[in-house]
Amino acid sequence: MPKIKPPVKTPRIDMTPMVDLFSLLLIFFVLTASFRPQEVAKIDSPASISEKQAPDFNLMTIFISQDGKVFFNIDNGRDTSTHFRAQILKKMAERYNLTFTETEYDLFGRLSAFGMPLKDLKQWIDVKESKERDKMQVGMPMDSTDNQLGYWILYSRIVNPQAEVAIKGDGETNYMLVKKVMDLLQENKVNKFNLITNMQKEEIGMKDLPPEK
Amino acid sequence: MAQIESQDQGGKKGGKKRAKKHSTGIDMTPMVDLMCLLITFFMLTTAFAKPKVMVITMPEKDKNQDQKEQPKISKERTLNILLSGNDEVYYYKGLVAPGSPMPQLIKSDFSKDGIRKMLLDRNRDLFTKITEYRDKRLTGEIIVADTTYDETVKQMKLDDKKGPIVLIKADTSAMYRDIVNIIDEMAICDIASYAVVDIGQVEDMMIQAYRAGTQLTEYPKIQVKEK
Repeated sequence: MPKIKPPVKTPRIDMTPMVDLFSLLLIFFVLTASFRPQEVAKIDSPASISEKQAPDFNLMTIFISQDGKVFFNIDNGRDTSTHFRAQILKKMAERYNLTFTETEYDLFGRLSAFGMPLKDLKQWIDVKESKERDKMQVGMPMDSTDNQLGYWILYSRIVNPQAEVAIKGDGETNYMLVKKVMDLLQENKVNKFNLITNMQKEEIGMKDLPPEK
Repeated sequence: MAQIESQDQGGKKGGKKRAKKHSTGIDMTPMVDLMCLLITFFMLTTAFAKPKVMVITMPEKDKNQDQKEQPKISKERTLNILLSGNDEVYYYKGLVAPGSPMPQLIKSDFSKDGIRKMLLDRNRDLFTKITEYRDKRLTGEIIVADTTYDETVKQMKLDDKKGPIVLIKADTSAMYRDIVNIIDEMAICDIASYAVVDIGQVEDMMIQAYRAGTQLTEYPKIQVKEK
């Protein structure tokens, strides 16, 4: 008796619903994505219970790394057509008698945090590779002989007076350095600081109250 | 894969030649693969949680104003917290002034039974008031909007007349972390008024004397409590 071979059926799964779902997810992520900004240095900020969120724009951020380097960042404001960054750089260039080309101003507007003497900034803008760029981040000079950070803050305040100030410092940084930055900001009439922290919940209630003596 | 063409089978045996039937289905697998990759990429690069910030307002730097405001702080309510290296925390009550007796410097730490216990003990009234209000809101006893809640707590803090006025002073060896921790402690304990101010020379000497285990220094007579 000859064997009857059952016809070999290839299993087939309908992929269409899966594709539908993935499309939806993809669209969601594309629309909600706000890209994680590139970190200028590894900064491990301390924890606090604060739940207040940092503003999305009009934010001047000063980064202080563990090894005492200071970096500066400011955004272009709510409307990108304001070109705050380019305006600030123009004022800085005027002050230090340096010239930047229009393309460099434009490119600078799209970059983020930086920390180097102004004379090296041109090179930093022109470098194409991001690794090369990172190597040039040596920290912003802020001593009394050449207080570039002070000028950056000053011109940022002039160009965008609404900008709030955020400080992102490493927990291991000496407080004196942070204080120096804060003093510099206070000289420019900034008295309110947003210290960027990691959120850490802390439960506290009546039971924590020590008994009355 | 999900769909494998199976037209080869049995195709050669038959005498009649038939036009091959093409399936109308499109193989979706590569599309799914691509989408998986894209979704993974977006998920990893998206920053969902915005950074959290702790707001701190520093006293304005105006020397004339400083002198005017200093007498306003009542001596009984003043509590000084000194921060130093290695996460050391010291505190003393009152003020150091040339004429008056020197306050006692006490060492504490950032643990739950350390500085927090002391702060809670001194801020008992306000803390009880705010915590009761908060608990009532959590259990649903009272229903208020976020803004009303914040306003009420703010008003409670403004009305407070018993809680300590904390002056936070950090010396040159203190870490940024210490300052953030202590300000956070202020928020946890609902301290109504606190300020970060510069450390005085006398206070530096007080810490040094404490570390050395000595009792006295030259000008300010510092009493050091031994633990």
